[in-house]
Formats: sequence, C-alpha cells, structure tokens
Amino acid sequence: MPPDLLIPTLPTSRRTQQEETKMNQHSMTIRGKDRYRSGVMEYKKMGYWEPDYEPKETDIIALFRVTPQDGVDPIEAAAAVAGESSTATWTVVWTDRLTAAEKYRAKCYRVDPVPNSPGQYFAYIAYDLDLFENGSIANLSASIIGNVFGFKPLKALRLEDMRLPVAYVKTFQGPATGIVVERERMDKFGRPLLGATVKPKLGLSGRNYGRVVYEALKGGLDFTKDDENINSQPFMHWRERFLYCMEAVNKAQAASGEVKGTYLNVTAGTMEDMYERAEFAKELGSVIIMIDLVIGYTAIQSMAKWARRNDMILHLHRAGHSTYTRQRSHGVSFRVIAKWMRLAGVDHIHAGTVVGKLEGDPATTRGYYDICREDYNPVRLEHGVFFEQNWASLNRMMPVASGGIHAGQMHQLLDHLGEDVILQFGGGTIGHPMGIQAGATANRVALEAMILARNEGRDYLAEGPEILAKAAETCTPLKSALEVWKNVTFNYESTDMPDYVPTPSVAM
Amino acid sequence: MRITQGCFSFLPDLTDEQISRQVQYCLEKGWAVNIEFTDDPHPRNSFWEMWGLPMFDLRDAAGVMMELGQCRKVYGNSYIRMSAFDNSHGWESVRLSFIVNRPKDEPGFRLERHEMAGRNIRYTTKSYAVDRPEGGRYG
Repeated sequence: MPPDLLIPTLPTSRRTQQEETKMNQHSMTIRGKDRYRSGVMEYKKMGYWEPDYEPKETDIIALFRVTPQDGVDPIEAAAAVAGESSTATWTVVWTDRLTAAEKYRAKCYRVDPVPNSPGQYFAYIAYDLDLFENGSIANLSASIIGNVFGFKPLKALRLEDMRLPVAYVKTFQGPATGIVVERERMDKFGRPLLGATVKPKLGLSGRNYGRVVYEALKGGLDFTKDDENINSQPFMHWRERFLYCMEAVNKAQAASGEVKGTYLNVTAGTMEDMYERAEFAKELGSVIIMIDLVIGYTAIQSMAKWARRNDMILHLHRAGHSTYTRQRSHGVSFRVIAKWMRLAGVDHIHAGTVVGKLEGDPATTRGYYDICREDYNPVRLEHGVFFEQNWASLNRMMPVASGGIHAGQMHQLLDHLGEDVILQFGGGTIGHPMGIQAGATANRVALEAMILARNEGRDYLAEGPEILAKAAETCTPLKSALEVWKNVTFNYESTDMPDYVPTPSVAM
Repeated sequence: MRITQGCFSFLPDLTDEQISRQVQYCLEKGWAVNIEFTDDPHPRNSFWEMWGLPMFDLRDAAGVMMELGQCRKVYGNSYIRMSAFDNSHGWESVRLSFIVNRPKDEPGFRLERHEMAGRNIRYTTKSYAVDRPEGGRYG
C-alpha cells in the first residue's frame, strides 16, 4: 500500500467540500460601481481572493508560505500577496477601469495552514499568462518576488514552488547543451562525471593553478573547476589562468585519450568583459565556461544564448543563493531557482550533495534533482514538489554535487543522486596524502567499481564499504583515501525540509 | 599508456563473466547493445567501426558475447567497445559504453603545439598509431 499524504488533493485543484475549512470562504469580491469607489479597500474584497477560481492550463501558479503579522487575517494577507505581485496598489484607482482588470489580477484561490507551523499559511496564487513577457526571468521574478517581499503586514514570505505552463516554458531557450548532448560531446556514458574545484580557491598564480588542473585531469577526473570568486585578481589575471588551464586540459587529454574540460569562470563586472572572456575561452578550444548566479538573471540568459551559439557547455555556480533559499520562513526556495535556471538555459547547476558539508535534506534535494533532470515532474509533497511540471522537452540540466564529499561515500552518493550528476571532490582530490593525481584516481576507481557493482545487481548501498575495500586491493590511492577520510561525515540538522511527510495508510 | 575512455577503464580489464553481466544489465533496461572496434582511438573519434548492427530485441547476453568472440577473432589486436543505445524519448543516445578489448601495445598520443600570437597555442592531439595505414597499426 503506498503511503498516503496528509493532503490528498492536487494543489492545482480547489479544495473539496469536505476539506473546506472556515478559512476558505466564498468570494468576497465587491463588484460593479462600488468596487471603484475612491479610498482604501481590503485586498480580499478587490478581487485578489477568488476561492471559486479554477486555474487555467496556461496560468502561472505560485505557492507562497505567508506569515502574517499578528492579528492580520491570513486570507487578507494572501490576497495582498496576490495583489502586490500583480496589479494592485494600496488604494483603489479608477484607471483599473481602462483595462481588463479582472484578467490581470492575480487570484489567490486556496489558503492552507502549514502543517505543524502555527502562524504560517500556504497561499496558492494563479497569474494570467499575459502578465509576463516571453522568455524573461527578469520580468517573471520582478512580479513574483518584487515589492511584495517587503510588504509590512507580513512578518515573512517565502516563494515555495511555481507551476510554469507549457505555453510559457516554450518561450525559453532552456539549457544550451543539455545532459544528453553534453555526454555525447564529452564521450562519457553510464556513470556520474567527476570534477574537482581547484584549491586554494584564491592566491595561486596561473602556472601553479594549471598544475592542479593537469594533475587532477590526468589522474582520472573529467572536469576541473574555477571557484566562484576566481575572476581576475592581482595574483592571477584571467588570461593567465585560461592559457595555463588549456595547456593542462590538452596535456591530460593526450595522456589519457579522453575528452577533458575545465570550467573557465568568465564572471566579470560587465557583460562586455564576460563576452570577451567567453570568446577567449572559445578561441582556446575549451568545451565549457562558467558563470556565477550573482551576475543576475538577464546576464545568465545572455550567456546561455552565447553558449548555445558557440557550442559551449555552461556551468552555473549558485553563489549567493543561501542568502535567500536557506531559511524556511522567508525568501525563495531553491526549487524555484532551479526551475528558473532551467528556463534561463544553464547546463550545470549546483544542487546539493546530501552527505557533504553544505545544507541539504535528502528529500528536498531529491526534489531539486528531479526538477533539473526529468521531462515531467509529478506532485511529490514529500520532496517539497507542490506542482506537476511538464518541461515540454526542454533540455535536461546536469546537477552538480560539490562540497565536503569523498571517495568513501561513493555508494551513498550514487544512491542519493543517481547517475546523471557531476560529483565534485575538491578537497577529496587535492587533499589526498599521495598527491592530486592519486586523489583523482582514487575517486575514479571508487566510482567505476560502484557502477560495475550496481549494474551487476548487487545491493551496492549496503555492500558499499565492502565494494570499495575490494577495489582498494588493486588501487593504493583508493586504499589511502578510504583510510584518511574514513570518519568524515557532516551530520547537522537541516534548516529546510519538506512540510509534508508520508504517513502509513490507515486502510488495510 | 592505457586509454581510459569508457566506463570501466580504471578497473582491471573485465573478465568475460563481468562483461556478460554488464551486457545483461543493458538488455534488461531494453537497450540495444552494439559492438564497435577501431585502431584510431582519438578522443574525438566518435565513430568506431560497427561490428554489424546494434543488437535490437535481444534478451540474453550470450548472443552478444558470441558476437564479441567473433569480433575478437578478426580484430583481437584493436580496441573493441560495447555501447548500449536507449531509444526512449528524451535520451535517444548511448547510455553505457566500455572497452572490452585492447591492442597488446597501446602507443597513445602526442600533443602538438602550434604557437600563435599573444601566447595562444593551438593544440592537436595525434595518435602515434595513425602514422601507419589503417589495418596495420598495432604491429
């Protein structure tokens, strides 16, 4: 018997009669002439609370976690969110009557108390497609996470999830390359890709930096990576880095017979500088470039278009996201950022490791990975996925797991994250006692041994340590890695988890 | 040198028993397995020669292993790889690929550098083997 979820209906539908609580009253909208009498009117009476509204196929739907100030009616707070993220201002304006105002008003159609979180409410809000410009994350986000997040009657507000209609999805380019073509270009199939971020992240000269790249790639990694804050500093001009890195990539390719890459970070202060760096990376024959999330949505979309035009894989480092994704009560969930980035068109996105050093509850992380990689996402409340999402054949985006992971966790990583992922072992490669090449080899051998065992039908999760120990018998670097990092785990409580958990069904 | 293309090149060469289990995994996924061989394993050489067509509709790895045996008889001193194709929507590409045979001596590649303006270098990876004509490359 599959587990029942606490809320049995699809969030895109209205609540059934049985579920109707005192909270979900009928429409209070004032209509006709009275609606436009000058003065201040409650949002719920202005047409922003429409509990009878059935969302259309083409509507964009947003789910907010609303924490009203003490004494503020949750319905009014939710209606205010709908109003402030669409057409409303604080007072009635007669100029509404010059437009098809009812169409353009976002409509909150459902409000639920958040389980086990007194004072918090989930508000479902539908927006007409015509409210948004085609193919513009900047436009979408300016409405949905614009002024409304500073609205005084709310203590806190979080954008939890969005349903993007196919009609809107199809106005975006999507990932420049996509998982399938990336694998074909890299000639790597059937296993996660392996990477490492060059450390120390700051301070190396171009020549020393290239050394790390060469050693790691020759040892068996597929990719190395610039860190988010490596741009062009006094200790290393960007051209120095690019030139030495490409020497390293080509040398490692010839030494192994494999296609290799290094994410050259083209993040800079202006678009002109970024284009200049990207062009140089292309001229040098790099297969991949990288940008940081902090460059902004429009810059990301511009670079995605550049990457598509130039057959370049585009890696995104999610620098800065934790400032607004991490706390449960306020900000934007990373699942929304992941959806926006898939639309915007990046190929790689850091999406958590579960077992590593950075925030990431397993169920929530699973939800992010599904958003990156699947063509269709069903509702999975237990993973924090509130809406069905049809990606309409938009390319798949490769998730990247980075931060505090090592070879000894290979079975857990494969179990949590699957096959289409890039596992980045920075410290877990460069910190190896026998050197960088040995560190890379340890990771590659551990990975190949685990894939071999999985494909043979073994219970690799349970037998993981045993499989690794066996592989280490013919690989000293792996033996040494397992020894050094054997007790390293990062077990801290997550700050962001799904609100709905599966409960055993009461039916027999 | 040892070319490390494919999924299992960092492990000791797979036994036929191990190869067979990987093939069975692919067949159970509904993928068609193809045997390919080459004496030009350049990293950008996507198209190795096909030993017949991909084996669609096969259930048992034994059939693939028999073909591998035949292929080895003729091209035993070349690179041979197994590739599994998934024709499901949204993939329509290779899902697993691994080397199952190597020449006795793997000569590898040299890196040619062509110095350009502004410290830029054009790199070319050249296989030592392809200095000799196709068919006579590994002794």
